[in-house]
Amino acid sequence: METATTEYSRRRWLTFLLGTSLGATLVSFLYPVLRYLVPPETSEPSLSEVELDVKASDIAPNSGRIVPFSGKPVILFRTAAGELRALTATCTHLACTVQYRGDRSDIWCACHNGVYDTNGTNISGPPPRPLTRLDVAVRGEKIVIRRA
Amino acid sequence: MSSAAPDRGPLGAALAWVQDRIGWEGIAHLAEKKQVPIHRYTIYYYLGGMALFLFLVQVATGILLLLYYRPSASEAFESVQYIMAEVPFGWLIRSIHSWGANIFVGVIVAHMLSVFFLRAYRAPREMTWITGALLLFLALGFGFSGYLLPWNTLAFFATKVGTDVPAQLPGLGPLLSRILRGGSDVTGATLSRFYGIHVAILPAITTVLLGAHVVLVQQKGMSVPLSVESKKYRTMKFVPDFLLRDAVGWLVAVGLLAALAAFFPWELGVKADPFSPAPAGIRPEWYFLSMFQGLKYLPAEIAGVPGEMVGVLFFGLVGAVLVLVPLLDRRASRGLPSPWWNRLAVLALIGALVLTILALRPPPGAAP
Repeated sequence: METATTEYSRRRWLTFLLGTSLGATLVSFLYPVLRYLVPPETSEPSLSEVELDVKASDIAPNSGRIVPFSGKPVILFRTAAGELRALTATCTHLACTVQYRGDRSDIWCACHNGVYDTNGTNISGPPPRPLTRLDVAVRGEKIVIRRA
Repeated sequence: MSSAAPDRGPLGAALAWVQDRIGWEGIAHLAEKKQVPIHRYTIYYYLGGMALFLFLVQVATGILLLLYYRPSASEAFESVQYIMAEVPFGWLIRSIHSWGANIFVGVIVAHMLSVFFLRAYRAPREMTWITGALLLFLALGFGFSGYLLPWNTLAFFATKVGTDVPAQLPGLGPLLSRILRGGSDVTGATLSRFYGIHVAILPAITTVLLGAHVVLVQQKGMSVPLSVESKKYRTMKFVPDFLLRDAVGWLVAVGLLAALAAFFPWELGVKADPFSPAPAGIRPEWYFLSMFQGLKYLPAEIAGVPGEMVGVLFFGLVGAVLVLVPLLDRRASRGLPSPWWNRLAVLALIGALVLTILALRPPPGAAP
């Protein structure tokens, strides 16, 4: 009977070794796959200033347009009073791109009906945070946007 | 179905040769034995076969679309335009694929509701329900990933929103969103990823789960509703009686799909431009409308928690309850009626229906 017990514990030890080896092998297969699924951080040129190919006179009072700013959409608009402003155009709710509504002089997201005022403050609907303000300057005829 | 007799000529002999080598008798025996109960709810048994058929239509048309489709931000829209306008019958294949996807989701929802209200998920068929519920999520995944592939404006913003939804989850949420998008934004990288998900990853998972689902149905036989179980009922043979009736339904479905494709070819819309605002009146496919509308009504914060996080956690909870219904409804498994589950389901259905109708109203004050 003593032999049987030894056999048994030896079997258990072998099963343990086999199981942990298989487990470790599996982890070594899965780890690279899981890492592969996560895209690398892109080293986009994170510009702090962009000169747009837009003339200041192209933007009429109480209207706006979307312009690219280091790969992200930015809303450039002129208030009814005539001031040029720029805000990040990605809605803080679920990332749609906002637009300037001339009839109400506000900024509106069509996806879930979020509304911001011309300072970028969220005033109605689901957006949880304001849009980020960017500096706008006019250099000659060209418009320059800069991180505030 | 019996093995061919030796005096059937060369063709019969060849058939017998093949049958001997693949163990055909087992399959033939199963087909011969399978019975379908006949009672007042028998019609609901056709929904599963219809779903399977529509799935195969999606596979066939999907494979055909692969021959012309190009998965890149610069070519995807143009290649679908080419399929619709230049390729002979391209409009037919693509419109059947798009219409078929929507009808497929409708049929599996109907299939699930009938199984739910007839309590076909009760013991010993819990696993059949769970695999079925997971297949429903896979179908929604197919719908969501396929929607982006034409790379039009609607799809672009629907994907922006849809891939931002998991980002609201605490903890791993933002990482999950990055994995889905293939980066921090919806770009051509997202299109590549969704393409891979739509034509390889989801089909592979679906094949396994669908196989399990269908095998389980064969293992346990057709469920009979509680109200019928105690009574005497007749049955019909699956082959050929039920199968031929199934086939009539499939023929009607193909006719309907072809008619829809011919009279209402699926729209392509406007090519996605990452630097244009989301258009007024934007909304997702019908089966996401209730969630979409729900997200509009949630305030920015609920008891200090971001509103959209509450919404996403709620959707997750609903999904989990849906998968686990057979384990939660203990009364049904003991063969007792469970009216509270009916009330809960009717309430959820009314809620989803009201939100869907609200989402279909014309958009509020669009931009000039």
